[in-house]
Amino acid sequence: MTTMLEDPGAPIAIPSRPDEASIARRERVRLLMRSPTFIIGNVIAGIWVLCAIFGPLIAPHDPELPDVLNKLAGLSGEHIFGTDRLGRDVLSRVIVGARTILVIAPIATLLGTVLGTTIGLVTGYYRGFLDEAIMRVVDAVLAVPVIILALLAVVALGPSHLTLILVIGFVFTPIIARTVRAAVLGEGQLAYVEAARLRNERGPYVMFAEILPNVMGPIVVEFTVRLGYAIFTVATLAFLGFGADPSTPDWGQDIYQNYTFISGGVWWAVLFPSLAIATLIIGINLIADAVAATFER
Amino acid sequence: MTLWLLSLIIFFGAQILPGNVGRAILGPLADQAVVDNLNHELGTDRPLIEQYTDWLSGLFRGDMGDSLVYGRPVSSLLVDALGKSLKLAAVAFVIVVPLAILGGVIAALRRDTAVDRVITLGGLSLTVVPEFVTGIILILVFGLWLDVLPVSANAPPGSDPLTQLKYLILPALTLVILLFGYIARITRAGTIESLDSDYARTAFLKGLPRRTVVRRHVLRNSLLPTIAVIATQTGYLIGGLVVIETLFNYPGMGRLIFTAAQQKDFPLLEASVLVVGMVFLIATLLADIAYSLLNPRIRYAATE
Repeated sequence: MTTMLEDPGAPIAIPSRPDEASIARRERVRLLMRSPTFIIGNVIAGIWVLCAIFGPLIAPHDPELPDVLNKLAGLSGEHIFGTDRLGRDVLSRVIVGARTILVIAPIATLLGTVLGTTIGLVTGYYRGFLDEAIMRVVDAVLAVPVIILALLAVVALGPSHLTLILVIGFVFTPIIARTVRAAVLGEGQLAYVEAARLRNERGPYVMFAEILPNVMGPIVVEFTVRLGYAIFTVATLAFLGFGADPSTPDWGQDIYQNYTFISGGVWWAVLFPSLAIATLIIGINLIADAVAATFER
Repeated sequence: MTLWLLSLIIFFGAQILPGNVGRAILGPLADQAVVDNLNHELGTDRPLIEQYTDWLSGLFRGDMGDSLVYGRPVSSLLVDALGKSLKLAAVAFVIVVPLAILGGVIAALRRDTAVDRVITLGGLSLTVVPEFVTGIILILVFGLWLDVLPVSANAPPGSDPLTQLKYLILPALTLVILLFGYIARITRAGTIESLDSDYARTAFLKGLPRRTVVRRHVLRNSLLPTIAVIATQTGYLIGGLVVIETLFNYPGMGRLIFTAAQQKDFPLLEASVLVVGMVFLIATLLADIAYSLLNPRIRYAATE
């Protein structure tokens, strides 16, 4: 509760209607815990999070160690998922590869959510010319597909972890801003906002301490949905050859590097990273779906 | 208005791309004087505002300049690529639209049953998986293991339409998987909303058979939001084309943008991104029109 309200513009955070709010929240958590979609999604995503944290300990081989005598070797007891074009163990690369994507995607999504929420709150609360102008720009930006925007930016700045985070964060900002703005517009007419205005509270206080806690629902939903898209985007950019670092294991990049060998019958070096991406994204989206369902009630 | 803003953003956004155009064409070993000369010839050393107004007035005359890499007029490259992409998208749409609408309606009529869960969650899961992943799995299954379909999207030159179609099946199927979940989901939501509506209840209570109610009263209203969604998916579709066309080596819009970005081919890049934005806006507009034509309430409101 307090963490949600923390904000420099509001030194004294007064929780509005604490009892109702906390009861509603506890009810939502209880519903989530009973949702099979939520549980399955968390199990799948949880396995990959474990791989990301403890990857090097679980992996049977060094994921970055090439073995020139065993290039593109098929499935065997030694290499359960075979080896890639440099003779690196595919299973180990799949396990450790969870790390790159699970670091970049959440940070980027968080960045986009914070920026988008701020813009959405300001434009939705103040309205007027600024709102009109910003939303026009947002419309224009949204006419270009996300992946093309990200592609342009990565080409401009060169691929690195930081670039990927900034690019995806900034690309998501207008999308999230639009959702938050719509929610704020709905709240702006309600009595508690009017009351705060009449008390002569400052704009930032009304926005962050009064409105923000009440639009947290759509923001949380948007965050989980965007997280899935962030993973989607990071993987796709890596597949297009804009991975952050060519030597570290990264699913999209591994597919990009081994893709040409498919015609030679080498399917294991691309199939397993593909399945890894698919399961992680499906897991995250099951969570997002369940979260959205509880907030829509 | 949106389009003009878009042109502004694209033009000045593209200028952020670092790197000297002349240098990019001639390579790192070329003499600086030669590079300067080429930049002057191309006009890339002039002030930005002047370049922008020039570009914009060119656009109105239908002249988009020449591609720096291909050395051909951008417009002819774009027309070729756009036609190729439209062909691919059309094949995908012909498959996905009826399939997804059928899926969505079935899910809605069997609401909260196992069939519904399979269609909605399955569709959602397929939709969120990146297109290169589904594309690769399709290639492995149909191209490598079953060996029934060609892996490349390019039919040998001079082949008959049916063979060409066969080569488009895998990339189109990838698009179908990408779009199915969304369209089915919206159809389901729309159908449920109209099933729960007062007019549907009235029709049921009148004693009309379920089939008639669904066909005459429910579907007509529920398919409207679907049309809007299909239009908003155009942007998503083009984004998907970048990846799918690269994967299947198909020379459409998506691959053109990808190559232009990689090679820093500004005129081509700016024009192609603008065309993508334009296609998106036109699709949205067409959806609005179709929506109002199909919905009597909006149609009558407009004529009064």
